[in-house]
Amino acid sequence: MCGHCGCEGGGATVVAADGTHTHVMPDGSVVTHAHDHAQAHDHEHGHEHSHEHSHEHERSHEHRGEVIQLAARVMEKNDRLAERNRAFFLGRELTVVNLMSSPGAGKTALLVRTLKELGSDVAVLEGDQETSRDAERIRETGAPVVQINTGTGCHLEADMVWRGLEQLDPAAGATLFIENVGNLVCPALFDLGEDARVVLFSVTEGEDKPLKYPHMFRRADLVLMTKVDLLPHLDFELDRALAAVSHIAPDAAVLQVSAKTGVGLDAWYAWLNADRRRSRTE
Amino acid sequence: MHELSLMRSIVGTCVERAEGRRVKSVRLRVGALSGVEVHALRFCFDVCTEGTVLAGAALTIDEVPGRAECRACGERVALERFVAVCPCEKRARLTVLSGDELLIDSMEV
Repeated sequence: MCGHCGCEGGGATVVAADGTHTHVMPDGSVVTHAHDHAQAHDHEHGHEHSHEHSHEHERSHEHRGEVIQLAARVMEKNDRLAERNRAFFLGRELTVVNLMSSPGAGKTALLVRTLKELGSDVAVLEGDQETSRDAERIRETGAPVVQINTGTGCHLEADMVWRGLEQLDPAAGATLFIENVGNLVCPALFDLGEDARVVLFSVTEGEDKPLKYPHMFRRADLVLMTKVDLLPHLDFELDRALAAVSHIAPDAAVLQVSAKTGVGLDAWYAWLNADRRRSRTE
Repeated sequence: MHELSLMRSIVGTCVERAEGRRVKSVRLRVGALSGVEVHALRFCFDVCTEGTVLAGAALTIDEVPGRAECRACGERVALERFVAVCPCEKRARLTVLSGDELLIDSMEV
């Protein structure tokens, strides 16, 4: 990877419904291709750079090092971009929810059912390493959706969300669902500008999940325990799971849901409604 | 892993502030509760600094221990990993005093 501009032929890809790909290189340059996204293709983004590294000269001299105090937050850039997103959301009166979980906890299944039942005033940004499969499932519900493929990235960041928003152009007043990459570790650190963080874990994942992944759960506004229809087949101890959540995220709301049977979904929709009102009054 | 993204950010900031000067060393402060794996961060340093003014620089990471104060009993406890609730009888909330840091402390040019 070129350390000066970060270019490595990778970066996040935003895929629009018409198959147009927009690649955002880590150096900020934007490349757009219009073609059938069902075709497999190589993206060769070779960049020629010449770097003048004439440091031999410096090293041969004795010079005292100057210590520069930085006290710079590592997350500063992402947080600044998250605030930019936040300002955009405010201007469009969007309520924004960041959905996070392990892969397979049921984010997309819950989202699909939610979108069908809410019907209107919704929009989705879908994050995955590869494929547009989840975006396709969501598109079938009629909700506007843009897929963000991170390639090798394991989490969404604020700049990727911004680029997705440019394509999605969500309608004013909508509830925007950002489905993060399935990962219970990395997304936790990256503010996307959301109003609320919803962390899912399924009853097949075990009661200790919140204790094992404190960095994620401590930041949850709502914890959704999913796939509760499977409880009769499991030795899952609900009290232990609830205790684990309250040990790490005592202020988080907790709901138990099944996207399959519909159990608990009314409470989820009520929470979303309340979240809408909360985000408007703040 | 997110440490790669974090290290890119760190290198970007240092390159900017170095203004073309060669960087001899970088000092980071990483808290025990920050959710960042120090070993992974170190691992990414060489890859991310290659071809930049930070190439070959020494990396020092000050690991800040987790400490929190109980809101009920005022007791200060060491935290190796994050918990929100004090082990004391009242099970009151803990306020984190240190351990959440994720900073570029300084660099030497």
